[in-house]
Amino acid sequence: MTKRQIVILGGGTGGTIAANRLRHLFDADDAEIHLADRDDRHVYQPGLLFVPFGLAEAERLVRPRSQQLHRDVRFHQSAVESVDLRGECVELADGMLLPYDALVIASGARLQPEETEGLLGPGWNERVFTFYTAEGATALHGALEDFDGGRLVVNFVDMPIKCPVAPLEFAFLADWYLRERGVRAKSELVFATPLDAAFTKPVASAHLASLLAAKDIELVTEFNTGEVDAGGVLTSYDGRALDFDLLVTVPLHGGADYVERSEGLGDALGFVPTDRTTLQAAGCGNVFALGDATDVPTSKAGSVTHFEGEVLAANVARFLDGRPLAAGYDGHANCFVETGFHKALLIDFNYDTEPVPGHFPFPVGLPLLRESRLNHLGKLMFEWVYWHALLPGRPIPWIGPAMPAAGKALEEAR
Amino acid sequence: MSTIERVEVDAEGFLIHPEQWTEDLGREIASENGIEELTERHWLVVRFMRDRYLTTGTAPSIRALGKESGVPIKELYELFPKGPAKLAAKIGGIPKPKGCI
Repeated sequence: MTKRQIVILGGGTGGTIAANRLRHLFDADDAEIHLADRDDRHVYQPGLLFVPFGLAEAERLVRPRSQQLHRDVRFHQSAVESVDLRGECVELADGMLLPYDALVIASGARLQPEETEGLLGPGWNERVFTFYTAEGATALHGALEDFDGGRLVVNFVDMPIKCPVAPLEFAFLADWYLRERGVRAKSELVFATPLDAAFTKPVASAHLASLLAAKDIELVTEFNTGEVDAGGVLTSYDGRALDFDLLVTVPLHGGADYVERSEGLGDALGFVPTDRTTLQAAGCGNVFALGDATDVPTSKAGSVTHFEGEVLAANVARFLDGRPLAAGYDGHANCFVETGFHKALLIDFNYDTEPVPGHFPFPVGLPLLRESRLNHLGKLMFEWVYWHALLPGRPIPWIGPAMPAAGKALEEAR
Repeated sequence: MSTIERVEVDAEGFLIHPEQWTEDLGREIASENGIEELTERHWLVVRFMRDRYLTTGTAPSIRALGKESGVPIKELYELFPKGPAKLAAKIGGIPKPKGCI
């Protein structure tokens, strides 16, 4: 029997988990697993939030992608040219062709600062920054060290973005940082969002809005950024203006550019239309997708990708064995939200249940939607868990694809 | 009694039954929301939103609308001040677009 060919595009969180989990499900004689990525730098992205405040160093968040993979996964360091869905073959930018029996799209989301007028103008990395890249986060660290008061505006241009709580966390940490440095009284902090509330879900929005108010951070809602003027003005499409001395922005996100180039693979924004419970790509039986690359209606976040990874690997195996797929993913997401002063809150939710107060994962456990030091320690500890348990595909006690309901005050959901 | 008083709408004025919609009703909703005359450009956007909702079950976000309808986002805001996706959905008789996650 010829070996089955499994091709995985993207060596970040989703691709690495998928590759390692699939490797455990198939003997080396039974399937070949290929993984392609344009570079060999795997960034622990949750760590980027801490870089601007001098709490982490960007280079220390990076490890080789190839070293996170099981030794029987073949790593190809090349960008992807395109996917031929009919021919069931991937063409890499270096010319190599990878025919597949099953394909996994795990190429994440791409920042598109060029889509916002003026964002890449003369102020870029001078007084306009993003912490969503290692370079941006490092440059912002320098600017924050020199910031001795003024108006700091934090915004994101539009959904979807990776880690939708990160801009809020940045605002909370900026408040802490400026207080520590004794310049908070001379500073104004503004959080501008295109949403009609502090967050996407109502109960969490109310909690987070009161935290913003308590920290004296102005909340500006329904602000759809149309233009950035490096002179220090952010203008919305409906004509409102926000002055800034320092702007920390999260640019628009789209899918990988090869997804847009490959006929029938992506939607208008380059994300892959994907079944939200089986993770099979719409309209093609042997293509699956996970993580930030999909259009499934939950947060683009590492926890989501982690939970999806387990479901996806099992479904790819079922598909290759000719068995029916399992509707195994419930939209579970689990996010620590840094709130400054060595505290964090935790939110845990899925497609049907919004984040509510209570405890995780049992009635006794980490407090949900409430600031605590324990949650902050949980967030810090997670980096170790990420490299040593999550990526290799080892089970992590109490943290699995299905959202736990015990411990949640579900009656508070709206 | 105007047409709009004979159809069911939610608390924010979005039609609950999209099949009750007519072009005249669309004009009425537009004028109640400050748009006196619906031009061909308005109709292009409204029909795009409505078709997309009826075929896929969800209405596009403002970004997808800008990319796929051929009407740039800046113009969408000129046509439908405040919130183009929301307002075009309301005029087109479909439910309020769910915000992205």
